[in-house]
Amino acid sequence: MALLLKGAHVVDPIVGIDEICDILVRDGRVVEVGNAIDLPEKLLVKDCSGKYLIPGMVDVHVHFRDPGQEYKEDIVSGMRAAAHGGFTGVVPMANTKPVIDDGAMIEYVLEKCAYEPGRTRVYPLGACTKGLKGTQLAEMGDMVAAGAVAFSDDGRGIQDGGMMRRVMDYAKMFGKPVMSHCQMEDIVGPGVVNEGVVSTRLGLAGWPAVGEEVQIARDIELARLTGCHIHIQHLTTAHAVEIVSQAKEEGVPVTCEVTPHHLFLSEDDIDKETYDTSLKMNPPLRTKADTLALQEALVDGRIDMVATDHAPHAAHEKALEFNLAPFGTTGLETALGLLLTKLVLPGKMSWQRLVEVTSIKPRELIGAGLARIEPGGLADYTVIDPRIEWEVREEEFESKSHNCAFTGYKLTGRATDVFTEGYASMEDGKVLFS
Amino acid sequence: MIKHKHLIDIEDYSKEEITEILDTAKSFKEVNDRAIKKLPTLRGRTIINLFMEASTRTRTSFEIAGKRLSGDVINFSASSSSTSKGETLADTAETLDAMNCDLVVVRSKQEGAPRLLARHMKAHVVNGGDGKHQHPTQALLDAFTIRETLGRIEGLTIGIVGDIAHSRVVGSLVRLLKIMGASPIVIGPPTLMPACPELLGARVSYTLDDVLPELDIVYMLRIQLERLEASPLPSLREYAMLYGINTKRMRSMKEDAIIMHPGPINRGVELTAEAADSDRAVILDQVNSGVAVRMAVMYLLLGGEGSGVAS
Repeated sequence: MALLLKGAHVVDPIVGIDEICDILVRDGRVVEVGNAIDLPEKLLVKDCSGKYLIPGMVDVHVHFRDPGQEYKEDIVSGMRAAAHGGFTGVVPMANTKPVIDDGAMIEYVLEKCAYEPGRTRVYPLGACTKGLKGTQLAEMGDMVAAGAVAFSDDGRGIQDGGMMRRVMDYAKMFGKPVMSHCQMEDIVGPGVVNEGVVSTRLGLAGWPAVGEEVQIARDIELARLTGCHIHIQHLTTAHAVEIVSQAKEEGVPVTCEVTPHHLFLSEDDIDKETYDTSLKMNPPLRTKADTLALQEALVDGRIDMVATDHAPHAAHEKALEFNLAPFGTTGLETALGLLLTKLVLPGKMSWQRLVEVTSIKPRELIGAGLARIEPGGLADYTVIDPRIEWEVREEEFESKSHNCAFTGYKLTGRATDVFTEGYASMEDGKVLFS
Repeated sequence: MIKHKHLIDIEDYSKEEITEILDTAKSFKEVNDRAIKKLPTLRGRTIINLFMEASTRTRTSFEIAGKRLSGDVINFSASSSSTSKGETLADTAETLDAMNCDLVVVRSKQEGAPRLLARHMKAHVVNGGDGKHQHPTQALLDAFTIRETLGRIEGLTIGIVGDIAHSRVVGSLVRLLKIMGASPIVIGPPTLMPACPELLGARVSYTLDDVLPELDIVYMLRIQLERLEASPLPSLREYAMLYGINTKRMRSMKEDAIIMHPGPINRGVELTAEAADSDRAVILDQVNSGVAVRMAVMYLLLGGEGSGVAS
């Protein structure tokens, strides 16, 4: 069966395309890109006029809570949420119960996601240290053999500098990146909100920016020493951007990601009337000035990519007092709408840059292979209708959890169709697999 | 009449409303001096003291206040409740609400807990202290004591000394003093200061002796010994040396300056015995005012009609 995607505005900066054209796909690969394509016999035609078509988006930072906390999310519900948000692939973190820290656990993830064309791809990630305890190397070789694409102890920073050095030295031999959640626990202490205005106003324990920046600086120096690719997860401050971009200029193998909530929300959004726990994040929401600096750095390339840190939690958990509620917001189903509404449609960020930060850079990081829109290219696509005006509503989420910091937001533009290897995982806004 | 349903954050209240609470407390204070200390005002009203953190003094003060107004006061403490069995605060609120209580006084380690409670019940909520955030009735009783002792609040300079970072007393008192037109100064080492003390509207000083001569009121906070585990201070001895009020420091205070303390005192740390027992100290007046102020708050929130209060 062949598929003709007709009339979309196709954007792929890798092959230098930014125009309205048709794409013919067969057996998961592009056959032809152009305007007057000869139609084969058995053909499915998808009219994409008025829409954009971009290489499939990949989110390198999600939490699917599977195994162990399937009441929050499981691998399949997470895959559905990803497709619903326009993503063709995701990288779930290893802080499950038990932790994904050996080959058998990687195999579990791959079996449960049961990939075939038309389903969300799951690129499995393993822990750096056994049980995320930060004291003993996890069996990285076993995990790579089973299919792991990267390593991270996300949820915690690795506290011991010597341990982090061994992690990076060891990971280097497999050519896999180490992704680092930067949080120096002895500086951060019991912090739950940014240390500064909000911690003073609300009387909550502060989580200082320096608790993040100190560990970013340490990990960058270790990357310089070991040569291992370090990827800084969810950085949140203007100064963190400076530290990373200076290291990049010096040739250190470092990349970084930012989340939509750190781009578009600040500590000022947490008000004393509600102590809204849907705004409790780790790292915390920072200052308004930080959000503007992060947006600027995403646009100009100092920040490499957007990742959601999709962190589902059950309603009863988020309904607790602020200190007792868990950290995090869901993100898969709102990320694209936010980027379009806040940056792309107002003209602050180009469509090409959107493709870089949501598809090209994340794919390069995990070695997933690009979805080049040229003959022979992998047919993983996100089709976006930039005209749809919609409201973020709990009842429309595919995720099992509804703890979204953006509920009630009115957004413009969203994914309508998603393809993996030429087969739709979502069509006209409806997720097709289960 | 104050137009608020709850007393959670003192910043919600205007100067006029705070003045009304203090004026009402004044008339209740006279009741407290009578032999028969009881008014029928809140007869038939149910008041729950929901204390999820140990506090004998504050709880007792609220209990006496409610009983002097003839309310039915029930103490509901964490040890006897379900909160330790996994029941959420929202469930507790809805459970109490189903019993038709009229007013809940809540004390919690968790900042924001009174707001959460208020969202889940119809009753009036009085914040009896939420974590490091606020303790509005403490600020009101302090204001009442200041007004009774010095005749006014506006224009006074108040030095609040000690653990500013972890103090809910500061959280409400500084805000109240700003609303009333006084000038608060927070005094303590940087290890016990919040991230942005200037946001509270207070001047900041690390050195007590620099500002002591200009203070009308020296407000000593209690050093909570459990906070010392994180080592914000080298020793209590050094704290007393830098910040304790002793006979020598009392000599550099203004002639009519007073000493306040929310209690309980660590004698020999914040105050020497000479300071605590001196004529400058109004610490027991604060305790005494606490009952009258809490009576006023309950009375005004619950409607204030048919009170029998002398006007």
